[in-house]
Amino acid sequence: MLAKLVGWMLLGVVRLLTGAQARWYGCPPKAEQRIYFANHQSHADLVMIWAALPEELRSITRPIAARDYWANTPFKRWITTEVFNAVYVERGNAPPAATAPPAVPAAPPERIEPSMEPETPLPAQLPLVAPEPAVETVPPPASEGPDPLAPLIEALTSGDSIIIFPEGTRGHAGEPQKFKSGLYTLATLFPDVVLVPAWIDNIQRVMPKGEVVPVPILCSVTFGAPLQVEAGEERRPFLDRARAAVIALRDV
Amino acid sequence: MNQFLRSLTPTQQVAALFVIVFGLLTIVSVVTLLVGFRERRNAAHDEAWQRELQDFRKLLRTSWFMVAIFWIGWALGETVATLLFGLIAFLALREFITLSPTRRGDHRSLILAFFVVLPIQFILVGTARFDLFTVFIPVYVFIAIPVVSALANDPSQFLERNAKLQWGIMVCVYGMSHVPALLLLSFPGYEGKSAFLVFFLVFVVQTCMVVQHLIGRRFAYSAAEGRPPLQRWLAREPFAPNVSRSFNWASWGVGMAIASAVGALMSFITPFRFGQALAMALIACVAGSMGHLVMKALKRDRGIPNWGQKGGGVTGANGLLDRVDALCFAAPIFFHSVRWYFGV
Repeated sequence: MLAKLVGWMLLGVVRLLTGAQARWYGCPPKAEQRIYFANHQSHADLVMIWAALPEELRSITRPIAARDYWANTPFKRWITTEVFNAVYVERGNAPPAATAPPAVPAAPPERIEPSMEPETPLPAQLPLVAPEPAVETVPPPASEGPDPLAPLIEALTSGDSIIIFPEGTRGHAGEPQKFKSGLYTLATLFPDVVLVPAWIDNIQRVMPKGEVVPVPILCSVTFGAPLQVEAGEERRPFLDRARAAVIALRDV
Repeated sequence: MNQFLRSLTPTQQVAALFVIVFGLLTIVSVVTLLVGFRERRNAAHDEAWQRELQDFRKLLRTSWFMVAIFWIGWALGETVATLLFGLIAFLALREFITLSPTRRGDHRSLILAFFVVLPIQFILVGTARFDLFTVFIPVYVFIAIPVVSALANDPSQFLERNAKLQWGIMVCVYGMSHVPALLLLSFPGYEGKSAFLVFFLVFVVQTCMVVQHLIGRRFAYSAAEGRPPLQRWLAREPFAPNVSRSFNWASWGVGMAIASAVGALMSFITPFRFGQALAMALIACVAGSMGHLVMKALKRDRGIPNWGQKGGGVTGANGLLDRVDALCFAAPIFFHSVRWYFGV
C-alpha cells in the first residue's frame, strides 16, 4: 500500500520533471515476455524507463539495479525492491558484466571477473571467439563467485520481463560503450523472449554525476523494433548489432 | 439584454462569460461529433477530410482544456490562478531549456532558475508587490545567474550559455508572470472584474495569432500566376524566409486589424473606452506576434519547426511554448502600458 502510494508520487514527480514520455517506434507496448536493453547514462535511467512504461507493463517488468548503488541505504533498498520491484545484481562492473572492459587495464589484479560464459549451451563457441581481444577469451573460473546473471535468469524463468543496461557502467557522453555479453547469453538462453532496444534521451542532463537535485528537462524513452539472435550468429557481431540498434533510436 | 448584463454583479458577469464560452464550445463539439459520422463518397476526399477533422478536434481539445483551466483559476480565486500560471511558466521553461543545450556547469544555475527564481517571482505577483516583481528578474536574477555559473568553473561558451538561460527566464517566467499580475491591477470602479482583463488579453492575442495562421495556411505563397487579386495580395513572398516561411506584412496587417477590431468591440468588458481598447489590443497584438516571430528565429536556430516537434517529440515536449510564446511577450508590454497610461 505504502509502496503503491510512493510509486504514484514518484511517478508524478518524474513526469513533472522529465515528462517521462515513451515513444513506441518498432513495437507496440505489449504484455509479452521481453528483455528491454537500453543505453546507460545515469542511475536515474532505471527510474526513467520504469516511469515510461505503461502501468500494465510496469507490474510485470523488473529493472536491474546495481547492488552497490541501489542497496547502500535502507531507503534506497526499500524503494528498489518495493516500488521498482527491481532485481539486484552484483557488479564487478555492472549487471550483465561478463568480462572486464578492455579499457580498464588498471583494474586491481586481485579482482575476479565473474563468469559470464554460460555453464549451459554452446560449448562449441569458445574456439570461434579466438579473434576477440585476449581478455574475453580467458576461460573464466566458473566456480568462483556467484554467477551475476543468476538473478536475471531466475526472473526470466519466472516469466517476468526485465530491463538491462548492457554497457555495464554509465557512459560519459554521446555514444554508448561496447555492450557486455550478458545480453547475448540471456538471448541464447531464452530464445523465446523478445529483445527490445531502447534509447533513453537526455537523462544525463537531468542529474549529472555528483549532483543531488534534479533539474526539469524533458526526457523520452524510444523503443525500437525487436531483435533476435540469428541462427549461428556469434557473440560479438550480435552485440554490435544490438548496440547499433540502440544508437539508431537516438535520431528516430 | 445589455441592461440585464449591466445589472448583474461583477461575479455574475464573469460567470455569464464562462457560460457563454462553454456553451459555444459544447455546440461546436457536438457538431464536430455529428459531422464525424458522415462518410464521403470519394475515398481520397474522405481521407483528407478525416485528417482535417482530426486537426480540428485537436484544436478543440486544446480550447476545452484552456477554458477549463481559466475557469478553475477564476472559480478558485486569484491564488490558484497565480499558481496555475506558475505551473504553465514551469512547463514552458522546461521545454525551452530542453531544447537549448546546457553543460554540466549549468546545473546549479538551472536549479536556481527553476526552484528559486520561478517560485519567488510568482509569490511576488501573488502578493501584489508590483515594484519588486517588475525588477526582481531583470536586476537581481541577472546578476545572480552568471555568478552561479562562474562559480561552476566552466568558462566555455560562457556568455552564450548564460544568455540562453536568462532569455528563457525572461520569456517564460517574467513574461508569463505578468498575466496573473493583471488580476491584481485595481482600476477605480472595476473591482472584482480583473478576470475580464486577462480574458481580453488572451482572447485578443489568440485571435491575432489564429487569423495570421489561417491566412498563412489558406494563401500559402506560390509563384503561380493568374490567381485572384486578393489572394495575390495576401500570399506575398515571406518577408524573412529564413526565420518564418509564413510571415509577411500583408497578412500580419490583416491579423492586427481584425484582432484590434475584436478588442475594440470587447471594450465593454474592460475598463477602457472604445478607442483605448483598440489601442491596447493593438499594442498587445504587435508585441505578441513579434514575440512569436522572435521565438521562431530561436527555433530555427535549434533546427526544429516546433517546440514539440520531431513527430511527437524526441524530447517529449508537447509544444506548450508554441501556444503561449505570443502571450509571454504581449503580457508585460500590455501590463506596463496599462499601468503607465491609467496610472494604476
